[in-house]
Amino acid sequence: MDTNSSASAAQGADARAVLEAQDIARVLTRIAHEIVERAKGAEDVVLLGIPTRGVYLARRIADKLEEITGRKIPVGSLDITMYRDDLRLQPPRALARTEIPGDGIDGRLVVLVDDVLFSGRSVRAALDALNDIGRPRAVQLAVLVDRGHRELPIRADYVGKNLPTSLRETVKVQLAEEDGRDTVLLGTKPASQGQRQ
Amino acid sequence: MKRHLISAADLTRDDAVHILDTAEEMARVGDRTVKKLPALRGRTVCNLFFEDSTRTRISFEAAEKRLSADVINFAAKGSSVSKGESLKDTAQTLAAMGVDAVVIRHSASGAPYRLATSGWIDAPVINAGDGTHQHPTQALLDAFTMRRRLIGPDAGLGQDLTGKHVTLVGDVLHSRVARSNVDLLHTLGAHVTLVAPPTLLPVGVETWPCEVSYDLDSALPKADAVMMLRVQRERMNAAFFPTEREYSRRYGLDGERMAKMPDHAIVMHPGPMVRGMEITAEVADSERCTVTEQVANGVFTRMAVLYLLLGGNANEPTPSQ
Repeated sequence: MDTNSSASAAQGADARAVLEAQDIARVLTRIAHEIVERAKGAEDVVLLGIPTRGVYLARRIADKLEEITGRKIPVGSLDITMYRDDLRLQPPRALARTEIPGDGIDGRLVVLVDDVLFSGRSVRAALDALNDIGRPRAVQLAVLVDRGHRELPIRADYVGKNLPTSLRETVKVQLAEEDGRDTVLLGTKPASQGQRQ
Repeated sequence: MKRHLISAADLTRDDAVHILDTAEEMARVGDRTVKKLPALRGRTVCNLFFEDSTRTRISFEAAEKRLSADVINFAAKGSSVSKGESLKDTAQTLAAMGVDAVVIRHSASGAPYRLATSGWIDAPVINAGDGTHQHPTQALLDAFTMRRRLIGPDAGLGQDLTGKHVTLVGDVLHSRVARSNVDLLHTLGAHVTLVAPPTLLPVGVETWPCEVSYDLDSALPKADAVMMLRVQRERMNAAFFPTEREYSRRYGLDGERMAKMPDHAIVMHPGPMVRGMEITAEVADSERCTVTEQVANGVFTRMAVLYLLLGGNANEPTPSQ
């Protein structure tokens, strides 16, 4: 989430794809298998995507889980806007949808899904948001890309790709549902945008 | 969006749709176990009510509390206003206490505008009804109710009310609700028809972006929503119609008249209703009457307005996302 904001300007000619559509599909299949393995069958798993792209990833992982286990896995979305620590620093942001599956999250294993793990602040916000909705048995985190540079003691349980980056670089995830194609782009920030969010 | 919400006419179509979309997300908080969001934590909102109000004040208070704001309620009765304090001094007192936003209701049209533009206090001002001028959050909650009922909660996201026919019936002269609704509904693309006895229409109504009619029966068959306005006897200092019976016979909504409306059409009322006057009990208690829904939607809409005016830092440039 927090890595995308400056990326649109930075998707110049120098942005290069580090994951293509096939890679993303393969990585999500692996994450689905890992979830089944770690959760011993994924019986009480609820997938919650962090808008915008985390929601699409969560749905894709849910589809793969259904292929593996033969059961429908509850999937929803968790908007973190009002729980962000930089809410006051920026103009009011548009809210996204929070959709909690019918049976709720109490006593279940919630797997949060996001596209890029960067500072960890989005995940902290998500944990706070979750707190107001219910009490899961446990919370795990799945991300497509971990680009490092954590500012909080947070790590992912399932990582699609570890991508060592410098702070001058940008990571942009594009998904067919939102952007018309599946790819992960690594670019360089314009000099004026050296400040990190 | 502007920094204050003084008049429904200040809102552009995109502002209004953005507020309604935000209200739709706020509505989902009502289903949760913890009905609270942290957006306004640590901010103080003062409800400054110089005029009696039950539902608007409670609605604002509920909205503020659900967003975790600290709430100060100020009623003119029993305060230093009854000792003769001016609006300016009250405002400066609030400013000195560090209030982050003011919700104001006043019997004088223009009081919120004065408060917002005078420099007495540097905080967003939200008009909760001023005299016979404006009541913008009422218009927003009415539009929200119409969009939900006529288009649908999810289908309505991002949509305005283009092509919908809304009929407002009754005491337009004294109604800030009517003024705000005409402004906002026009912005959202709806066709508005005002129906009232000639004595209860304001001078200059022909310049408003709406049609005017004296005949309720002819306006009903094409209406998607009919909004009944209360006859505001407390603001009446002259005889505007011969008798109450005559008024309710010509401009009241009963079951027979409701049957002339299309099947999908809804009956709205900003409350408080005077049963037997502008609306019969049969209509007020029917499925098509959205009065209690409007009250619930009022909290969500006001949460959206408070969040959008106070939730972020308006001085920062819009993020590029």
